[in-house]
Amino acid sequence: MTMTPEKPKVITASPPAKTARQRRISMGWAAFAVPGILWLVFLFIVPMYTIFAVAGGHLNPIFNSPVPVWNPFAWSGANYVAVYHDFVGPTSFIGPILGRTVVYVVIASILSLLIAYPAAYFVARFAGKRKGLFLALMIAPFWISYMMRMLAWIDLLQTNGYINKALVNLHVISAPVNWLGGKSVTVVLGLVYGYIPYLILVLYAGLDRIDQRLIEAGRDLGLSRTQTFVTITLRLSRPAIITGMLITFLPMIGDYFTNQMLSGNVATSMIGNVIDAQLLTTSLQSEGAVLSLFLLVILLVPILYYVWQSRHSEDSVM
Amino acid sequence: MTAVLDSEVMTPATKRRSWRKNPWRKPVVLEAFTWAYLVWSIVPIVIAVIFSFNNGKSDSSWEGFSTRWYWGSTTNSVFENPVFRSAIEQTLRLAIISTILTMIVGVAFGIGIHRWRSKTSVTFNFVMVFSYVIPELIFGIAFFFVFTQLFTFVDLGTSAQILGLVTWNISWPAIIIFARLSSIGPAYEEAAADLGCSRLQSLRRVLLPMLMPAIFASTVLVFATCVDDFVICNLLSSSANTEPMSVFIYSSTHGGQSGPQLNALASLMLLFSLVAAAVGFLGYRWITRGERGAGRSQALESITGL
Repeated sequence: MTMTPEKPKVITASPPAKTARQRRISMGWAAFAVPGILWLVFLFIVPMYTIFAVAGGHLNPIFNSPVPVWNPFAWSGANYVAVYHDFVGPTSFIGPILGRTVVYVVIASILSLLIAYPAAYFVARFAGKRKGLFLALMIAPFWISYMMRMLAWIDLLQTNGYINKALVNLHVISAPVNWLGGKSVTVVLGLVYGYIPYLILVLYAGLDRIDQRLIEAGRDLGLSRTQTFVTITLRLSRPAIITGMLITFLPMIGDYFTNQMLSGNVATSMIGNVIDAQLLTTSLQSEGAVLSLFLLVILLVPILYYVWQSRHSEDSVM
Repeated sequence: MTAVLDSEVMTPATKRRSWRKNPWRKPVVLEAFTWAYLVWSIVPIVIAVIFSFNNGKSDSSWEGFSTRWYWGSTTNSVFENPVFRSAIEQTLRLAIISTILTMIVGVAFGIGIHRWRSKTSVTFNFVMVFSYVIPELIFGIAFFFVFTQLFTFVDLGTSAQILGLVTWNISWPAIIIFARLSSIGPAYEEAAADLGCSRLQSLRRVLLPMLMPAIFASTVLVFATCVDDFVICNLLSSSANTEPMSVFIYSSTHGGQSGPQLNALASLMLLFSLVAAAVGFLGYRWITRGERGAGRSQALESITGL
């Protein structure tokens, strides 16, 4: 407390209006931000608006290609109606896919947390002198390309791969299983394997920042290991758990490549696969635009929560 | 004395019980679990790298060591087959150009938004974080549409991929620089101003040197992210010529193709990222040498964006 320098007292009674000099300095700093702001306007906000324009547009009757409509008052609902019929009615097909996406992602997120939390907890709290080693090993997958990590499992899971060989030798299965031929288990494990490095780093950062003295105090005051963990560590790491889950949950929902690489079968299709496929067919592109807006709306709450939380934590640093 | 007595009456059962009761015992189970996790997360990749040196055509049964998938054949070696080469070159081209652009825009943006307190800067800080959390698929679709419908003067392919990658990565340097500026505080600049520095001088002589570790760490991160990027490069590639390694591996495997040459290609990607990480780690340690709190773990955490 004594370390914080006292703020110099403002003598003038009126709130300090910005002087010309201060305003000039402020404009100077603004000049730094301007390129980035322009970049974000033209290469983020405008592209995002284009999705709306394509979604509210119509199809060119000759080329069957999407024609965007830029004026929001002239947007048509035709593409939205088409997507509505994908959800409801005789030609609907998206319902089960959406359900599957949610189930896969929820199971994968929970599994990731159950695996990542204990490991991150150990490295943050008990690694001691070997912390550098553990940290390096824990961070390594984060630096390894996603495609490389999927490829590694494609090798292992092949019909004549090591996993099948091991399972047959251990008599767990009698004949090799075609793991890559559309198995839900494979896709969920692929998602876990793919996204866990991001989760574990966030958890580690959160757990590492917990004041050790609080834990020691808990123990000194007679709490058992479990009690200390539940009342102190778990509670203090809750923000990290939420951030970490969001940071894996959001990309998992839009994932199409894990599924495509490890299964490639419609039996395991997720919402991302539908959008990706629609993008490849010109006449379906506008439906793809509607569907990605649908996804964005569903994810808006977690996204805004994340943005709000990150601003909040930046404020606390300042 | 008591120690001797204790050891005399200790049977294996009581020993186990007292081990369990010891509140400061080593968390053996937790450590075993952590090792199991690390093995699970790393060993498959090691196996995949090993198979890139397989002498046979299989990526699941070992037939002796060879570098034939890297050098020696114009059809099978990744360095000599023009298709593979083009993927390698495209990855490096995208990563290098995107990293340079990202850093120029991102660092200035981070500094600008931190110091320029206004409604506009707060809004664009929000926009920047938003651009970083939305699923990459939605982001990629937005770019796909903007380049096919509005900015049609930008063709799909290298330039579209670069613009996409830069936007996707701007938040790395911006967030890291922002956080670093927050922890530096205004004191140093004020001191520099008191000693007669102009704004620009204090920026160049005081602030930038203090920001160097953050700038360096984010460069490395952005480079590695660009090397590994898949979704943006995939959605914005126009033809096989503009497919970087990640997209090439994806399209080959999902066409049911695999084989040691893909492992070789993936191992190269791994090498690029790990070289970036190593350069980042050593460089970061060198820049922050002599600083308080600068250790190996801290350097590792910084180049990972923690």
